[in-house]
Amino acid sequence: MKILVCISHVPDTTSKINFTDNDTKFDTNGVQFVINPNDEFGLTRAMWFKEKQGATVDIINVGGPETEPTLRKALAIGADSAIRINTEALDGFQVAKELSAVAKEGNYDLIIAGRESIDYNGGMVPGMLASLLGASFVNTCISLEVDGDTATAVREIDGGKETVTAKLPLVVGGQKGIVEESDLRIPNMRGIMMARKKPLEVKEPQGASTETSAVSFEKPAPKGDVKLISPDNLDELIDLLHNEAKAI
Amino acid sequence: MSVLVYTESEEGKFKKTAYEVVSYARGIADMMSTTVTAVAVNAEETASLGTYGADKVVHIKSDKLSKFTANAYAAALTEVAKKEASKVVVLSSSANAKYLAPLLAVDLEAGYASNVVALPESEAPFKVKRTAFTNKAFNHTEITTDVKIIGLSKNSFGLKEAQKDATEETFEPNLDDSQFKVEVQSVDKVKDKVTIADAEIVVSGGRGLKGPENWGMVEEMADILGAATACSKPVSDMGWRPHSEHVGQTGKPVASNLYIAIGISGAIQHLAGINASKTKVVINTDPEAPFFKAADYGIVGDAFEVVPKLNEKLKEFKANNS
Repeated sequence: MKILVCISHVPDTTSKINFTDNDTKFDTNGVQFVINPNDEFGLTRAMWFKEKQGATVDIINVGGPETEPTLRKALAIGADSAIRINTEALDGFQVAKELSAVAKEGNYDLIIAGRESIDYNGGMVPGMLASLLGASFVNTCISLEVDGDTATAVREIDGGKETVTAKLPLVVGGQKGIVEESDLRIPNMRGIMMARKKPLEVKEPQGASTETSAVSFEKPAPKGDVKLISPDNLDELIDLLHNEAKAI
Repeated sequence: MSVLVYTESEEGKFKKTAYEVVSYARGIADMMSTTVTAVAVNAEETASLGTYGADKVVHIKSDKLSKFTANAYAAALTEVAKKEASKVVVLSSSANAKYLAPLLAVDLEAGYASNVVALPESEAPFKVKRTAFTNKAFNHTEITTDVKIIGLSKNSFGLKEAQKDATEETFEPNLDDSQFKVEVQSVDKVKDKVTIADAEIVVSGGRGLKGPENWGMVEEMADILGAATACSKPVSDMGWRPHSEHVGQTGKPVASNLYIAIGISGAIQHLAGINASKTKVVINTDPEAPFFKAADYGIVGDAFEVVPKLNEKLKEFKANNS
Protein backbone atom coordinates (compact mmCIF):
# COMPACT_ATOMS: atom_id res chain seq x y z
CA MET A 1 0.00 0.00 0.00
CA LYS A 2 1.26 3.47 -0.88
CA ILE A 3 0.36 6.11 1.66
CA LEU A 4 0.76 9.87 1.44
CA VAL A 5 0.43 11.95 4.60
CA CYS A 6 -0.15 15.69 4.23
CA ILE A 7 1.75 17.67 6.84
CA SER A 8 0.89 21.21 7.80
CA HIS A 9 3.55 23.28 9.55
CA VAL A 10 1.73 25.19 12.31
CA PRO A 11 2.44 27.17 15.47
CA ASP A 12 2.59 25.03 18.59
CA THR A 13 -0.74 24.88 20.44
CA THR A 14 0.64 26.98 23.32
CA SER A 15 1.76 29.84 21.02
CA LYS A 16 0.68 33.37 21.66
CA ILE A 17 -0.84 34.68 18.45
CA ASN A 18 0.30 38.09 17.20
CA PHE A 19 0.32 39.86 13.85
CA THR A 20 2.70 42.22 12.08
CA ASP A 21 2.71 44.44 8.99
CA ASN A 22 -0.41 46.30 9.96
CA ASP A 23 -2.15 43.07 11.04
CA THR A 24 -1.74 41.46 7.63
CA LYS A 25 0.82 38.78 8.58
CA PHE A 26 1.15 36.21 11.34
CA ASP A 27 4.07 37.13 13.57
CA THR A 28 6.37 34.10 13.64
CA ASN A 29 8.75 35.79 16.06
CA GLY A 30 9.47 33.44 18.97
CA VAL A 31 6.93 30.90 17.72
CA GLN A 32 7.73 27.20 17.84
CA PHE A 33 6.40 25.33 14.80
CA VAL A 34 5.16 21.76 14.96
CA ILE A 35 3.43 19.12 12.87
CA ASN A 36 -0.27 20.03 12.85
CA PRO A 37 -1.74 17.83 15.64
CA ASN A 38 -4.54 16.47 13.42
CA ASP A 39 -1.89 15.46 10.84
CA GLU A 40 0.30 13.85 13.50
CA PHE A 41 -2.52 11.51 14.53
CA GLY A 42 -2.84 10.51 10.86
CA LEU A 43 0.92 10.10 10.41
CA THR A 44 1.01 7.81 13.43
CA ARG A 45 -1.78 5.69 11.95
CA ALA A 46 0.22 5.54 8.70
CA MET A 47 3.19 4.17 10.69
CA TRP A 48 0.90 1.47 12.05
CA PHE A 49 -0.05 0.42 8.49
CA LYS A 50 3.63 0.42 7.52
CA GLU A 51 4.61 -1.82 10.43
CA LYS A 52 1.60 -4.12 10.61
CA GLN A 53 0.43 -4.43 7.00
CA GLY A 54 3.39 -3.28 4.93
CA ALA A 55 3.19 0.15 3.36
CA THR A 56 5.40 2.96 2.17
CA VAL A 57 4.73 6.31 3.75
CA ASP A 58 5.55 9.55 1.95
CA ILE A 59 4.87 12.91 3.51
CA ILE A 60 4.11 16.13 1.69
CA ASN A 61 3.87 19.81 2.49
CA VAL A 62 3.24 22.97 0.53
CA GLY A 63 5.55 25.65 1.88
CA GLY A 64 8.91 27.36 1.87
CA PRO A 65 12.24 26.01 3.19
CA GLU A 66 11.24 27.05 6.72
CA THR A 67 8.90 24.05 6.88
CA GLU A 68 11.72 21.51 6.42
CA PRO A 69 12.47 20.98 10.15
CA THR A 70 8.81 19.95 10.56
CA LEU A 71 9.17 17.50 7.64
CA ARG A 72 12.39 16.11 9.15
CA LYS A 73 10.53 15.52 12.38
CA ALA A 74 7.89 13.54 10.50
CA LEU A 75 10.69 11.54 8.85
CA ALA A 76 12.22 10.94 12.29
CA ILE A 77 8.86 9.56 13.44
CA GLY A 78 9.25 7.03 10.63
CA ALA A 79 7.99 8.28 7.26
CA ASP A 80 10.11 7.04 4.33
CA SER A 81 10.49 10.14 2.23
CA ALA A 82 9.33 13.72 2.04
CA ILE A 83 8.16 16.05 -0.71
CA ARG A 84 8.03 19.80 -0.30
CA ILE A 85 6.18 21.80 -2.92
CA ASN A 86 8.17 24.98 -2.96
CA THR A 87 5.62 27.74 -2.72
CA GLU A 88 3.86 29.70 -0.04
CA ALA A 89 0.54 28.14 1.03
CA LEU A 90 -1.99 30.86 0.27
CA ASP A 91 -5.41 29.25 0.54
CA GLY A 92 -7.00 25.83 0.86
CA PHE A 93 -7.83 25.50 -2.82
CA GLN A 94 -4.34 26.36 -4.02
CA VAL A 95 -2.82 23.88 -1.55
CA ALA A 96 -5.29 21.14 -2.55
CA LYS A 97 -4.57 21.76 -6.22
CA GLU A 98 -0.78 21.63 -5.74
CA LEU A 99 -1.12 18.46 -3.66
CA SER A 100 -3.40 16.83 -6.22
CA ALA A 101 -0.82 17.18 -9.00
CA VAL A 102 1.82 15.31 -6.98
CA ALA A 103 -0.69 12.82 -5.56
CA LYS A 104 -1.87 11.91 -9.06
CA GLU A 105 1.67 11.17 -10.18
CA GLY A 106 2.35 9.07 -7.08
CA ASN A 107 -0.73 6.81 -7.47
CA TYR A 108 -1.35 6.62 -3.75
CA ASP A 109 -3.88 4.16 -2.31
CA LEU A 110 -4.44 6.17 0.81
CA ILE A 111 -3.94 9.86 1.53
CA ILE A 112 -4.20 11.02 5.12
CA ALA A 113 -4.53 14.68 6.07
CA GLY A 114 -5.79 16.33 9.23
CA ARG A 115 -9.44 17.42 9.39
CA GLU A 116 -8.14 20.98 9.69
CA SER A 117 -4.94 22.85 10.48
CA ILE A 118 -4.90 24.60 13.83
CA ASP A 119 -3.75 27.90 12.31
CA TYR A 120 -6.23 28.82 9.56
CA ASN A 121 -8.84 26.19 10.51
CA GLY A 122 -10.05 26.14 6.91
CA GLY A 123 -10.97 22.46 7.03
CA MET A 124 -11.10 22.21 3.26
CA VAL A 125 -7.86 20.71 1.92
CA PRO A 126 -8.68 17.00 2.43
CA GLY A 127 -12.15 17.27 0.85
CA MET A 128 -10.97 19.38 -2.07
CA LEU A 129 -8.04 17.05 -2.66
CA ALA A 130 -10.36 14.03 -2.72
CA SER A 131 -12.69 15.79 -5.09
CA LEU A 132 -9.89 16.87 -7.44
CA LEU A 133 -8.55 13.29 -7.49
CA GLY A 134 -11.97 11.67 -7.82
CA ALA A 135 -11.10 9.62 -4.72
CA SER A 136 -13.38 8.55 -1.87
CA PHE A 137 -13.39 10.90 1.10
CA VAL A 138 -14.04 10.39 4.80
CA ASN A 139 -13.80 13.38 7.10
CA THR A 140 -13.36 13.59 10.90
CA CYS A 141 -12.03 10.06 10.78
CA ILE A 142 -11.53 8.42 14.21
CA SER A 143 -10.74 4.87 13.16
CA LEU A 144 -9.32 3.44 9.96
CA GLU A 145 -8.69 -0.12 8.78
CA VAL A 146 -7.72 -1.25 5.30
CA ASP A 147 -8.35 -4.73 3.89
CA GLY A 148 -7.34 -5.23 0.26
CA ASP A 149 -8.91 -2.43 -1.75
CA THR A 150 -11.53 -1.53 0.84
CA ALA A 151 -11.26 0.71 3.86
CA THR A 152 -13.51 0.65 6.89
CA ALA A 153 -13.56 3.95 8.71
CA VAL A 154 -15.41 5.47 11.61
CA ARG A 155 -16.40 9.07 11.21
CA GLU A 156 -17.28 11.34 14.10
CA ILE A 157 -20.65 13.01 13.58
CA ASP A 158 -22.51 15.48 15.78
CA GLY A 159 -23.61 13.41 18.75
CA GLY A 160 -22.19 10.08 17.73
CA LYS A 161 -20.30 8.16 15.11
CA GLU A 162 -20.86 6.48 11.83
CA THR A 163 -19.13 3.46 10.33
CA VAL A 164 -18.52 3.61 6.60
CA THR A 165 -16.78 1.53 3.97
CA ALA A 166 -15.01 3.01 0.99
CA LYS A 167 -13.03 1.73 -1.96
CA LEU A 168 -9.44 2.89 -2.31
CA PRO A 169 -8.06 5.31 -3.34
CA LEU A 170 -9.27 7.14 -0.29
CA VAL A 171 -8.55 10.51 1.27
CA VAL A 172 -9.23 10.90 4.98
CA GLY A 173 -9.42 13.97 7.18
CA GLY A 174 -8.05 12.55 10.41
CA GLN A 175 -8.17 13.68 14.01
CA LYS A 176 -7.56 12.37 17.52
CA GLY A 177 -9.05 8.90 17.71
CA ILE A 178 -7.51 7.61 14.46
CA VAL A 179 -4.79 6.84 17.02
CA GLU A 180 -4.81 7.67 20.70
CA GLU A 181 -2.76 10.48 22.24
CA SER A 182 -0.67 7.80 23.99
CA ASP A 183 0.20 6.24 20.61
CA LEU A 184 1.98 9.39 19.41
CA ARG A 185 5.72 8.91 19.02
CA ILE A 186 8.51 11.12 20.16
CA PRO A 187 11.39 10.71 17.69
CA ASN A 188 14.38 8.93 19.26
CA MET A 189 18.03 9.65 18.47
CA ARG A 190 18.24 6.83 15.94
CA GLY A 191 15.13 8.13 14.17
CA ILE A 192 16.54 11.64 14.08
CA MET A 193 19.88 10.42 12.66
CA MET A 194 18.13 8.33 10.02
CA ALA A 195 15.81 11.19 9.09
CA ARG A 196 18.81 13.27 8.03
CA LYS A 197 19.62 10.73 5.31
CA LYS A 198 16.07 10.19 4.09
CA PRO A 199 15.11 11.83 0.79
CA LEU A 200 13.43 15.23 0.93
CA GLU A 201 12.51 16.20 -2.58
CA VAL A 202 11.75 19.81 -3.41
CA LYS A 203 9.27 20.15 -6.26
CA GLU A 204 8.41 23.33 -8.06
CA PRO A 205 4.73 24.32 -7.88
CA GLN A 206 2.19 24.17 -10.72
CA GLY A 207 1.26 27.75 -10.00
CA ALA A 208 -2.27 26.88 -8.89
CA SER A 209 -4.62 29.82 -8.45
CA THR A 210 -6.34 30.85 -5.23
CA GLU A 211 -10.02 31.40 -4.54
CA THR A 212 -9.74 33.30 -1.29
CA SER A 213 -7.28 35.67 0.24
CA ALA A 214 -6.62 36.28 3.92
CA VAL A 215 -6.60 40.08 3.85
CA SER A 216 -6.03 40.93 7.49
CA PHE A 217 -6.23 39.66 11.05
CA GLU A 218 -7.63 40.91 14.28
CA LYS A 219 -7.27 39.80 17.86
CA PRO A 220 -10.41 39.39 19.94
CA ALA A 221 -11.29 42.39 22.10
CA PRO A 222 -9.77 42.08 25.57
CA LYS A 223 -12.13 40.49 28.04
CA GLY A 224 -13.54 42.33 31.00
CA ASP A 225 -12.66 41.11 34.47
CA VAL A 226 -14.32 38.03 35.85
CA LYS A 227 -17.10 38.66 38.33
CA LEU A 228 -16.28 36.65 41.43
CA ILE A 229 -19.16 35.20 43.38
CA SER A 230 -18.86 33.83 46.87
CA PRO A 231 -19.52 30.09 47.19
CA ASP A 232 -21.92 31.06 49.99
CA ASN A 233 -23.99 33.21 47.69
CA LEU A 234 -24.95 30.93 44.81
CA ASP A 235 -28.29 32.72 44.42
CA GLU A 236 -26.30 35.64 43.06
CA LEU A 237 -24.78 33.46 40.34
CA ILE A 238 -28.19 32.17 39.32
CA ASP A 239 -29.55 35.71 39.30
CA LEU A 240 -26.66 36.94 37.12
CA LEU A 241 -26.98 34.03 34.71
CA HIS A 242 -30.71 34.61 34.44
CA ASN A 243 -31.00 38.39 34.40
CA GLU A 244 -27.64 39.69 33.21
CA ALA A 245 -26.28 37.01 30.89
CA LYS A 246 -29.74 35.67 29.98
CA ALA A 247 -28.08 32.29 29.70
CA ILE A 248 -30.54 30.27 31.79
CA MET B 1 -29.26 34.89 -8.35
CA SER B 2 -30.95 34.01 -5.07
CA VAL B 3 -28.85 33.21 -2.02
CA LEU B 4 -28.92 29.45 -1.54
CA VAL B 5 -28.96 28.01 1.96
CA TYR B 6 -28.75 24.36 2.95
CA THR B 7 -31.04 23.59 5.89
CA GLU B 8 -30.25 20.47 7.87
CA SER B 9 -32.83 18.25 9.43
CA GLU B 10 -32.76 15.10 11.47
CA GLU B 11 -35.49 12.53 11.09
CA GLY B 12 -37.41 15.18 9.22
CA LYS B 13 -37.15 17.85 11.92
CA PHE B 14 -35.15 20.98 11.21
CA LYS B 15 -32.20 21.63 13.49
CA LYS B 16 -31.96 24.99 15.19
CA THR B 17 -28.92 25.81 13.06
CA ALA B 18 -31.13 25.44 9.98
CA TYR B 19 -33.10 28.50 11.10
CA GLU B 20 -29.89 30.33 11.97
CA VAL B 21 -28.40 29.82 8.50
CA VAL B 22 -31.68 30.94 6.91
CA SER B 23 -31.62 34.11 9.07
CA TYR B 24 -28.07 34.74 7.91
CA ALA B 25 -28.89 34.06 4.25
CA ARG B 26 -31.77 36.56 4.58
CA GLY B 27 -29.26 39.12 5.82
CA ILE B 28 -27.03 38.58 2.77
CA ALA B 29 -29.99 38.58 0.39
CA ASP B 30 -31.08 41.96 1.79
CA MET B 31 -27.57 43.32 1.25
CA MET B 32 -27.64 42.09 -2.35
CA SER B 33 -31.32 42.90 -2.96
CA THR B 34 -32.18 39.37 -3.87
CA THR B 35 -34.16 36.41 -2.54
CA VAL B 36 -33.42 33.39 -0.34
CA THR B 37 -33.85 29.85 -1.58
CA ALA B 38 -33.58 27.19 1.10
CA VAL B 39 -32.75 23.60 0.22
CA ALA B 40 -34.24 20.97 2.49
CA VAL B 41 -33.77 17.21 2.21
CA ASN B 42 -36.57 14.85 3.27
CA ALA B 43 -37.84 17.37 5.84
CA GLU B 44 -41.18 18.16 7.46
CA GLU B 45 -42.79 21.54 8.03
CA THR B 46 -40.74 23.29 5.39
CA ALA B 47 -43.02 26.34 5.66
CA SER B 48 -41.29 27.11 8.98
CA LEU B 49 -38.24 28.23 6.98
CA GLY B 50 -40.33 31.18 5.77
CA THR B 51 -40.50 32.48 9.33
CA TYR B 52 -36.78 33.27 9.11
CA GLY B 53 -36.86 34.76 5.65
CA ALA B 54 -36.83 31.99 3.03
CA ASP B 55 -38.76 33.06 -0.09
CA LYS B 56 -38.65 29.63 -1.62
CA VAL B 57 -37.94 26.10 -0.47
CA VAL B 58 -36.50 23.56 -2.85
CA HIS B 59 -37.50 20.32 -1.21
CA ILE B 60 -35.46 17.31 -2.21
CA LYS B 61 -37.34 14.11 -1.52
CA SER B 62 -35.17 11.14 -2.24
CA ASP B 63 -34.80 7.74 -0.60
CA LYS B 64 -31.23 7.69 -1.86
CA LEU B 65 -30.50 10.62 0.44
CA SER B 66 -32.09 9.11 3.54
CA LYS B 67 -28.58 8.60 4.93
CA PHE B 68 -26.12 11.47 4.72
CA THR B 69 -23.59 10.84 1.95
CA ALA B 70 -21.36 13.85 1.44
CA ASN B 71 -20.71 13.39 -2.28
CA ALA B 72 -24.36 12.81 -3.12
CA TYR B 73 -25.52 15.75 -1.01
CA ALA B 74 -22.86 17.95 -2.61
CA ALA B 75 -23.99 16.84 -6.07
CA ALA B 76 -27.64 17.59 -5.25
CA LEU B 77 -26.77 21.04 -3.87
CA THR B 78 -24.60 21.76 -6.91
CA GLU B 79 -27.52 21.00 -9.18
CA VAL B 80 -29.86 23.30 -7.27
CA ALA B 81 -27.25 26.08 -7.03
CA LYS B 82 -26.77 25.98 -10.80
CA LYS B 83 -30.50 25.88 -11.46
CA GLU B 84 -31.03 28.91 -9.22
CA ALA B 85 -27.90 30.64 -10.59
CA SER B 86 -26.91 31.30 -6.97
CA LYS B 87 -23.81 33.38 -6.34
CA VAL B 88 -23.74 32.75 -2.60
CA VAL B 89 -24.31 29.43 -0.83
CA VAL B 90 -24.66 29.35 2.96
CA LEU B 91 -23.98 26.26 5.08
CA SER B 92 -23.77 25.62 8.83
CA SER B 93 -20.69 24.41 10.71
CA SER B 94 -22.10 20.99 11.58
CA ALA B 95 -19.92 17.93 11.01
CA ASN B 96 -21.95 17.07 7.91
CA ALA B 97 -21.83 20.61 6.50
CA LYS B 98 -18.06 20.75 6.97
CA TYR B 99 -17.81 17.35 5.30
CA LEU B 100 -19.67 18.38 2.16
CA ALA B 101 -18.52 22.02 1.84
CA PRO B 102 -15.12 21.36 0.21
CA LEU B 103 -16.72 18.89 -2.22
CA LEU B 104 -19.34 21.47 -3.12
CA ALA B 105 -16.62 24.10 -3.50
CA VAL B 106 -14.83 22.03 -6.14
CA ASP B 107 -18.09 21.18 -7.94
CA LEU B 108 -19.15 24.84 -8.08
CA GLU B 109 -15.62 26.22 -8.56
CA ALA B 110 -16.45 28.37 -5.58
CA GLY B 111 -14.21 29.88 -2.93
CA TYR B 112 -15.16 28.65 0.53
CA ALA B 113 -14.76 30.46 3.83
CA SER B 114 -15.47 28.39 6.95
CA ASN B 115 -16.20 29.52 10.52
CA VAL B 116 -17.67 32.85 9.40
CA VAL B 117 -19.04 34.90 12.29
CA ALA B 118 -20.83 37.89 10.71
CA LEU B 119 -22.53 39.19 7.59
CA PRO B 120 -20.09 40.11 4.79
CA GLU B 121 -18.28 43.38 5.52
CA SER B 122 -18.58 44.35 1.89
CA GLU B 123 -20.10 42.86 -1.22
CA ALA B 124 -17.37 43.93 -3.68
CA PRO B 125 -14.80 42.88 -2.70
CA PHE B 126 -16.73 40.08 -1.00
CA LYS B 127 -15.14 40.08 2.42
CA VAL B 128 -16.09 38.05 5.48
CA LYS B 129 -14.87 37.80 9.05
CA ARG B 130 -14.03 34.32 10.28
CA THR B 131 -12.29 32.82 13.27
CA ALA B 132 -8.73 31.53 12.85
CA PHE B 133 -6.00 30.16 15.07
CA THR B 134 -8.70 28.17 16.88
CA ASN B 135 -10.55 31.25 18.12
CA LYS B 136 -7.38 33.04 19.19
CA ALA B 137 -7.89 35.54 16.34
CA PHE B 138 -10.20 36.66 13.57
CA ASN B 139 -9.30 36.67 9.92
CA HIS B 140 -10.84 38.94 7.27
CA THR B 141 -11.01 36.86 4.12
CA GLU B 142 -11.89 37.95 0.64
CA ILE B 143 -13.57 35.37 -1.56
CA THR B 144 -12.52 36.14 -5.12
CA THR B 145 -14.54 33.61 -7.13
CA ASP B 146 -17.84 34.28 -8.88
CA VAL B 147 -19.69 31.81 -6.63
CA LYS B 148 -19.01 31.98 -2.90
CA ILE B 149 -19.62 29.44 -0.14
CA ILE B 150 -19.94 30.52 3.47
CA GLY B 151 -19.79 28.16 6.44
CA LEU B 152 -21.47 30.02 9.30
CA SER B 153 -20.14 29.51 12.80
CA LYS B 154 -22.80 28.19 15.13
CA ASN B 155 -24.50 30.72 17.41
CA SER B 156 -22.67 33.63 15.82
CA PHE B 157 -25.65 35.20 14.06
CA GLY B 158 -28.67 33.94 16.00
CA LEU B 159 -32.26 33.52 14.89
CA LYS B 160 -33.92 36.54 13.31
CA GLU B 161 -37.55 36.34 12.31
CA ALA B 162 -38.41 37.82 8.91
CA GLN B 163 -41.74 36.35 7.88
CA LYS B 164 -42.05 35.32 4.21
CA ASP B 165 -44.55 33.01 2.62
CA ALA B 166 -42.11 30.46 1.34
CA THR B 167 -43.24 28.74 -1.83
CA GLU B 168 -42.28 25.10 -2.14
CA GLU B 169 -40.93 23.22 -5.10
CA THR B 170 -40.11 19.53 -5.05
CA PHE B 171 -36.88 18.57 -6.71
CA GLU B 172 -35.47 15.25 -7.84
CA PRO B 173 -31.67 15.42 -8.24
CA ASN B 174 -29.78 13.32 -10.77
CA LEU B 175 -27.63 11.04 -8.68
CA ASP B 176 -25.38 8.29 -9.94
CA ASP B 177 -23.48 5.48 -8.26
CA SER B 178 -20.18 7.35 -8.29
CA GLN B 179 -21.57 9.60 -5.56
CA PHE B 180 -22.09 6.64 -3.25
CA LYS B 181 -18.51 5.36 -3.14
CA VAL B 182 -18.50 5.88 0.61
CA GLU B 183 -21.20 3.62 2.03
CA VAL B 184 -22.71 4.18 5.44
CA GLN B 185 -22.82 0.84 7.27
CA SER B 186 -24.12 1.91 10.65
CA VAL B 187 -24.85 5.04 12.65
CA ASP B 188 -24.31 5.04 16.37
CA LYS B 189 -25.93 8.12 17.81
CA VAL B 190 -26.66 8.90 21.41
CA LYS B 191 -30.40 9.23 21.82
CA ASP B 192 -32.12 11.24 24.56
CA LYS B 193 -28.94 13.14 25.28
CA VAL B 194 -28.01 16.64 24.24
CA THR B 195 -24.95 16.67 21.99
CA ILE B 196 -22.13 19.18 22.37
CA ALA B 197 -22.73 20.39 18.82
CA ASP B 198 -26.39 21.20 19.42
CA ALA B 199 -26.28 22.22 23.08
CA GLU B 200 -27.22 25.69 24.32
CA ILE B 201 -25.46 24.91 27.59
CA VAL B 202 -22.39 22.77 28.13
CA VAL B 203 -21.26 21.56 31.57
CA SER B 204 -17.64 20.48 31.53
CA GLY B 205 -15.42 18.75 34.09
CA GLY B 206 -11.65 18.66 34.49
CA ARG B 207 -8.94 16.94 36.43
CA GLY B 208 -10.05 18.78 39.57
CA LEU B 209 -12.87 16.26 39.85
CA LYS B 210 -10.28 13.63 40.81
CA GLY B 211 -11.84 10.60 39.13
CA PRO B 212 -14.58 9.32 36.81
CA GLU B 213 -16.67 8.22 39.80
CA ASN B 214 -17.27 11.89 40.66
CA TRP B 215 -19.05 12.80 37.42
CA GLY B 216 -22.50 12.22 38.93
CA MET B 217 -22.83 15.85 39.97
CA VAL B 218 -21.71 17.06 36.53
CA GLU B 219 -24.30 14.88 34.86
CA GLU B 220 -26.91 16.02 37.35
CA MET B 221 -26.23 19.67 36.53
CA ALA B 222 -26.45 18.87 32.82
CA ASP B 223 -29.80 17.13 33.40
CA ILE B 224 -31.21 20.08 35.32
CA LEU B 225 -30.11 22.56 32.65
CA GLY B 226 -30.80 20.39 29.62
CA ALA B 227 -27.10 20.69 28.86
CA ALA B 228 -24.47 18.51 27.21
CA THR B 229 -21.55 17.17 29.24
CA ALA B 230 -17.96 17.73 28.16
CA CYS B 231 -14.46 17.37 29.59
CA SER B 232 -10.91 18.64 29.34
CA LYS B 233 -8.15 16.86 27.43
CA PRO B 234 -6.39 15.16 30.40
CA VAL B 235 -9.73 13.71 31.48
CA SER B 236 -10.31 12.07 28.09
CA ASP B 237 -6.64 11.03 27.81
CA MET B 238 -6.89 9.24 31.17
CA GLY B 239 -10.03 7.51 29.97
CA TRP B 240 -12.28 8.99 32.65
CA ARG B 241 -14.65 10.20 29.94
CA PRO B 242 -15.10 9.27 26.25
CA HIS B 243 -13.07 11.15 23.60
CA SER B 244 -16.26 12.46 22.10
CA GLU B 245 -16.60 14.68 25.19
CA HIS B 246 -13.13 16.22 24.85
CA VAL B 247 -13.45 19.91 24.03
CA GLY B 248 -10.51 22.13 23.16
CA GLN B 249 -8.07 22.78 20.38
CA THR B 250 -7.61 19.15 19.33
CA GLY B 251 -11.04 18.10 20.55
CA LYS B 252 -14.42 19.54 19.74
CA PRO B 253 -15.01 23.26 19.53
CA VAL B 254 -17.78 24.64 21.72
CA ALA B 255 -19.92 27.63 20.78
CA SER B 256 -22.73 27.37 23.31
CA ASN B 257 -24.64 30.14 25.06
CA LEU B 258 -23.32 29.05 28.44
CA TYR B 259 -20.21 27.04 29.29
CA ILE B 260 -19.72 25.92 32.87
CA ALA B 261 -16.21 24.67 33.70
CA ILE B 262 -15.82 22.65 36.86
CA GLY B 263 -12.33 21.83 38.09
CA ILE B 264 -10.73 22.92 34.80
CA SER B 265 -7.66 25.12 35.19
CA GLY B 266 -7.93 26.55 31.67
CA ALA B 267 -4.89 25.61 29.57
CA ILE B 268 -4.54 27.83 26.52
CA GLN B 269 -5.56 24.93 24.24
CA HIS B 270 -8.72 24.36 26.24
CA LEU B 271 -9.66 28.03 26.29
CA ALA B 272 -9.13 28.29 22.53
CA GLY B 273 -11.66 25.53 21.98
CA ILE B 274 -14.39 27.00 24.15
CA ASN B 275 -13.79 30.70 23.51
CA ALA B 276 -16.70 31.06 21.13
CA SER B 277 -19.16 30.36 23.96
CA LYS B 278 -21.08 33.46 24.99
CA THR B 279 -21.03 33.22 28.78
CA LYS B 280 -18.39 31.30 30.70
CA VAL B 281 -18.53 30.24 34.33
CA VAL B 282 -15.64 28.68 36.20
CA ILE B 283 -15.65 26.84 39.50
CA ASN B 284 -12.15 26.11 40.78
CA THR B 285 -10.31 25.97 44.10
CA ASP B 286 -7.29 27.81 42.71
CA PRO B 287 -7.91 31.56 42.29
CA GLU B 288 -4.77 31.72 40.10
CA ALA B 289 -6.18 29.24 37.55
CA PRO B 290 -5.96 30.83 34.07
CA PHE B 291 -9.64 30.10 33.49
CA PHE B 292 -10.57 33.01 35.76
CA LYS B 293 -9.06 35.36 33.17
CA ALA B 294 -11.27 33.94 30.43
CA ALA B 295 -14.51 33.58 32.40
CA ASP B 296 -17.39 36.00 32.94
CA TYR B 297 -18.35 34.59 36.33
CA GLY B 298 -16.15 32.71 38.73
CA ILE B 299 -16.46 30.91 42.02
CA VAL B 300 -13.31 30.19 43.98
CA GLY B 301 -14.28 27.09 45.88
CA ASP B 302 -14.23 23.35 46.14
CA ALA B 303 -16.36 21.79 43.41
CA PHE B 304 -17.35 18.96 45.75
CA GLU B 305 -19.03 21.49 48.02
CA VAL B 306 -20.17 24.10 45.49
CA VAL B 307 -21.63 21.91 42.75
CA PRO B 308 -24.12 19.89 44.85
CA LYS B 309 -25.34 23.11 46.47
CA LEU B 310 -25.56 24.84 43.09
CA ASN B 311 -27.50 21.90 41.67
CA GLU B 312 -30.11 22.23 44.43
CA LYS B 313 -30.45 25.95 43.73
CA LEU B 314 -30.69 25.37 39.97
CA LYS B 315 -33.41 22.79 40.52
CA GLU B 316 -35.35 25.31 42.57
CA PHE B 317 -34.82 27.98 39.93
CA LYS B 318 -35.99 25.66 37.16
CA ALA B 319 -39.07 24.66 39.17
CA ASN B 320 -40.02 28.33 39.55
CA ASN B 321 -39.15 29.41 36.03
CA SER B 322 -40.58 26.88 33.64
